[in-house]
Amino acid sequence: MAKIIVVTSGKGGVGKTTTSAAISTGLAMRGHKTVVIDFDVGLRNLDLIMGCERRVVYDFVNVIKGESTLNQALIKDKRTEGLYILPASQTRDKDALVRDGVEKILNELAKDFEYIVCDSPAGIEQGALMALYFADIAIVVTNPEVSSVRDSDRILGILQSKSRRAEQSLEPIQEHLLLTRYNPIRVANGEMLSVSDVEDILAIPLLGVIPESEAVLKASNQGTPVILDAETQVGQAYNDAVDRLLGKDVAHRFLEEEKKSFFKRLLGGK
Amino acid sequence: MIDVSFQLKGSALTVVVLALIDYNPKTLSAELKEKIDQAPHFFDNSPVLISLEKLENPEKCTALIKNAAPLVQICRSLNLQPLGFTSVPEVLLASVQATGLAVLSKPSERALKIPIQESAKTLEAVIEERVVIEERLVQRVSKVITRPVRSGQQIYAEGADLIVLAQVSEGAEVLADGHIHIYGSLRGRALAGVKGDVGARIFCQQFEAELVAIAGNFVLQEALPKELFKKPTQISLSGEKVIIEALANS
Ligand SMILES: Nc1ncnc2c1ncn2[C@@H]1O[C@H](COP(=O)(O)OP(=O)(O)OP(=O)(O)O)[C@@H](O)[C@H]1O
Ligand SMILES: [Mg+2]
Repeated sequence: MAKIIVVTSGKGGVGKTTTSAAISTGLAMRGHKTVVIDFDVGLRNLDLIMGCERRVVYDFVNVIKGESTLNQALIKDKRTEGLYILPASQTRDKDALVRDGVEKILNELAKDFEYIVCDSPAGIEQGALMALYFADIAIVVTNPEVSSVRDSDRILGILQSKSRRAEQSLEPIQEHLLLTRYNPIRVANGEMLSVSDVEDILAIPLLGVIPESEAVLKASNQGTPVILDAETQVGQAYNDAVDRLLGKDVAHRFLEEEKKSFFKRLLGGK
Repeated sequence: MIDVSFQLKGSALTVVVLALIDYNPKTLSAELKEKIDQAPHFFDNSPVLISLEKLENPEKCTALIKNAAPLVQICRSLNLQPLGFTSVPEVLLASVQATGLAVLSKPSERALKIPIQESAKTLEAVIEERVVIEERLVQRVSKVITRPVRSGQQIYAEGADLIVLAQVSEGAEVLADGHIHIYGSLRGRALAGVKGDVGARIFCQQFEAELVAIAGNFVLQEALPKELFKKPTQISLSGEKVIIEALANS
């Protein structure tokens, strides 16, 4: 049975698309055939981060409206075997994501793929509701600040009440907290909430902590999912998160401020 | 040897009374459904006594005079179990009796005397049946919530206590006509006794509330005692004063 994963947050700009690209790439790298769907109709970001924007011909809405087949719209990732992207359209109306249409496409994808990753738009409007409605697993992307945590709490309430699993009284959606853009120095200075603060407020299991790093912007400018930069902390943290998602017990890291070595400090290096 | 095949006993029974004020078969069903939807579990298969005491101008209710069966049908289609009629005006007696349901005397003449036959007079058995009628059910089982109540959610235990086995997030609201028990953090708002029960209380494991209220008397976050922050706490009402205190043995 294919597993549907929604990457959601409520608040915008917290790292959902970055995470969707990383998690779907990580799953495919581990041999699980995966498709990642951009639900952000109108903005279309995922294909840029995945570096396939020039290969977009048809999109999610075309398929829903029957203007193209699913196979015509799916883009095969060039770097990672077993990874496909279903892009969002840039211009169409947001209400094009009707539930029946989405369900039909997900059912069709479920025949072929092990994981279906849904990159949710921000907010709690139609697009976000459709992205989470059919989910089996939710990755709730949260930044360590009060407004983001509050929005995540609200999204958790929606997962509990407005999803298919909730409406049909099935086993609830598996919830995971992914804390991104975590900056231990700012946490130590009291400018950001700590991991334990956020865990305490949201009370769901922690999938991972992704440090704040320039590597993310650099990777997205190059159209490479940051998880492929295995030598960066962000890349390693995303890899750990994927392993945990697959049930591995991996210790959390990058939670503390890195102690600079005496020499590095002398030399003023980073 | 037992020489009777049955026992006759008096009993008291609680029923919902549907007091008709006006009868319009076209709109009644929708209006009734709206009411029922507010507490679907309460009304599901609930026995109903149809009272015509408050019916205005019964002699003008031609629909009902002609045929009372549709009224019974409306009740049944909404999963109610009509038991019978009470306070039936003279003009409606024929059609009501034709439904085959019981016609009870007015609640004020509650005692129902079973006529004793001449030959059985020696038994001297006079059985009284009392029908206790309440307009609204007072006692109901507590509502139990096992998952966190999240920001933006609202949970109301109508006519009952509310038990939450998880946290109540900031921005969430829990309400009950009775007590509220929270076996987790209370970070949102909790309002007990919302229909005016001054004896209602709130209990919580970790007190970090935004607002607490008992029977409409509320206290906002700024005014909450700091020393109880994150402590097991109970909230009650004394006169019009909301009392917030540590739970004993904490
Ligand atoms: N760990 C990180 N460190 C530094 N910058 C990050 C990190 N994660 C994301 N960003 C940056 O934050 C911005 C928003 O990221 P992204 O597009 O993934 O968020 P989003 O939640 O999908 O946004 P939207 O709500 O608009 O869809 C981007 O500029 C991205 O480069
Ligand atoms: Mg995005």
